[in-house]
Amino acid sequence: MNNFIDHKIIELGHWVVGFFDEYPLLKLVVQILLYTLPLMLSFMGAFAFSTWLERKGLARIQNRPGPNRVGIFGLLQPMADGIKMLLKEDIVPEESDKLFHLLAPVMLMVPAMIAIGFLPVGDGLNALPLDSAILFFFAIGSMNTIAVFMAGWSSRNKYSLLGGMRAVAQMISYEIPLVLSAVTVIMIAGSLNGQVIVASQQISGWVGSGDVVKEFFGQILGWHIFKPWGFAGFIFFFVAALAEANRSPFDLPEADSEIIAGHLTEYSGFKYAIFFIAEYISAFAIAGIAVTLFLGGWSGPILSGLPWFVIKLFSLFAVMIWIRGTLPRLRVDQLMGYAWKFLMPLAILNIFVAGFYYFAEQQWGTWVALIGGWIFGFGALQLAAKGLSRLNKSPLLKGKRVYQYAE
Amino acid sequence: MSLLAKGILQGMAVTAKNFFQSYYKKDRLPTVQYPEEKSTVNQFTRNIPFLVFDGDDPIDGMRCTACTLCEKACPPQCIYIIKDKDENGKPIKRPAVFDIDSSVCMSCQLCVEVCPFESIRMDSEFELSNENRFEGLLLNRDELLRSNEYYHEIHPLEAQETDDRIVAKEAEAAAKKKEREEKARKAAEAKKAAAEKKAAEEATAAEEAAPATENKVAETEAPKAEAAPAETAPTAESPTEPEAKQADAAPEPKAEEETPEEPEKKE
Repeated sequence: MNNFIDHKIIELGHWVVGFFDEYPLLKLVVQILLYTLPLMLSFMGAFAFSTWLERKGLARIQNRPGPNRVGIFGLLQPMADGIKMLLKEDIVPEESDKLFHLLAPVMLMVPAMIAIGFLPVGDGLNALPLDSAILFFFAIGSMNTIAVFMAGWSSRNKYSLLGGMRAVAQMISYEIPLVLSAVTVIMIAGSLNGQVIVASQQISGWVGSGDVVKEFFGQILGWHIFKPWGFAGFIFFFVAALAEANRSPFDLPEADSEIIAGHLTEYSGFKYAIFFIAEYISAFAIAGIAVTLFLGGWSGPILSGLPWFVIKLFSLFAVMIWIRGTLPRLRVDQLMGYAWKFLMPLAILNIFVAGFYYFAEQQWGTWVALIGGWIFGFGALQLAAKGLSRLNKSPLLKGKRVYQYAE
Repeated sequence: MSLLAKGILQGMAVTAKNFFQSYYKKDRLPTVQYPEEKSTVNQFTRNIPFLVFDGDDPIDGMRCTACTLCEKACPPQCIYIIKDKDENGKPIKRPAVFDIDSSVCMSCQLCVEVCPFESIRMDSEFELSNENRFEGLLLNRDELLRSNEYYHEIHPLEAQETDDRIVAKEAEAAAKKKEREEKARKAAEAKKAAAEKKAAEEATAAEEAAPATENKVAETEAPKAEAAPAETAPTAESPTEPEAKQADAAPEPKAEEETPEEPEKKE
């Protein structure tokens, strides 16, 4: 194990807390601050960086240079944006429900901030190391729905309300495949604790054996994404996570071309900025959980745990940006149909594949389980996907689709 | 839709190609960072009129003769001309004031088409913004004057054509002058001969010889008059055409001074 940075950070924390041994109350306050503040601040920094990353990435995909005026490569652009947002007038509609209009961004920000506490960002680095962390994460994460609906309803604007309704429908629908695909990992790891789940993705015989090659691959090949049910589960989880985080191609609640900005229509100034921040941090939190569940969390060779987690998190976020730059927005009926008629049955089937893998591993060993799982398990999922898409096809669309206007 | 979503992956390959190639391929990132770099302006760009001068001195080399044809042709009436006068108060062929209000100019190029002296031409300058919206946007004579070299630089083809036309015009004028001189000389000779003959006739008292010599002179002159323009024709074949148009256009605004919309109707 070479999680040098992680252990040093924990040591530093203990050393700082050690100064307050004589004042128990103060010690508690310092402890809480040490657990929460660095996490919150670093995620705010990550938010700032990711807005820059998103704008740059989308620009490059669209053959533009993107922001490049403020600072080198436009890196200070988030700061300029923040100052602009702070200086903007905060407009509250006359007819709106003032209290809930004010509370909605707070309601969105708080669960986002709590959710990042459950992420095991390094070896032993976990702000809220609960035994039921994953369950709590999904419970807290579903509070987003209430906040978005609150924003939509309290604005007293038809577009806001439409956005809020869409958000409720979408988020509740996609929570089911999200949780069902996460269940597979919980089944295999046998725990809801993030650290245990990460540990289950290291090949126990190989890590710590002293052999350099085994040491290296033991921290990569154990990731759940390399297992048949994990690969499928990761796809389902990622798609559902995109919908949960309101990110393209599932950004229907704030579809600019249809309903202005959905629940954000009546928000301006710093309230809007808080919505923006909360959305990004929710996206980060859900990407972090995806990393923890399927991509091995902080485990990886050579580098320490914390850098590995950051690399994986940003890679996943980059894929989100890449998808945003590629795919057009879905229609509402397509969105709902995709969740209920396609993702959910497949996620349930995936649980059976994971069960098959689990017992095969116990019965005949890892290799048989892997090969059998990829051939039979993944094959069954593929067949089911084909069958479902044929079943879901509209009866009006027989044969090859003919486009009236597009070439 | 199968599990691996082939179509989505294909789409993502396209965007990834765009992303990576934008770092090393020029046609994947065609943006020009405007104030620092400027894209080259096409030589057929037309924007705002300017006045051409020949040589080094803008005032002496000015082609404009303050004929005010452009002033009359201008549909939004953004040109304002006052003729210059020498110290004796005698008008000279040069504008003292030549203003173009660039906020009014609609870049129609009618002034260019009407100008018989190849003086007013269209510029390709596009950075016309100004801090003062009244005086700053009113371009006066000295701001409008640009050298012929500048004209060659921005519109090479058109400038060359204009220069050729001016040379042809000068040659034609010279030929006409020569012809006129020749005619005058011939007439003088004929007169002289006639006078001599008359004197001789008077002396001999025979009057029938005089008309016969006059006819002879007319016969010899006629082919020469035809030959003179034919000499210049090959060099100025194409430029003479628009010139003829200008000659047509020139008198018309004069005749209808009261109706400034007239040039548009002509179109």
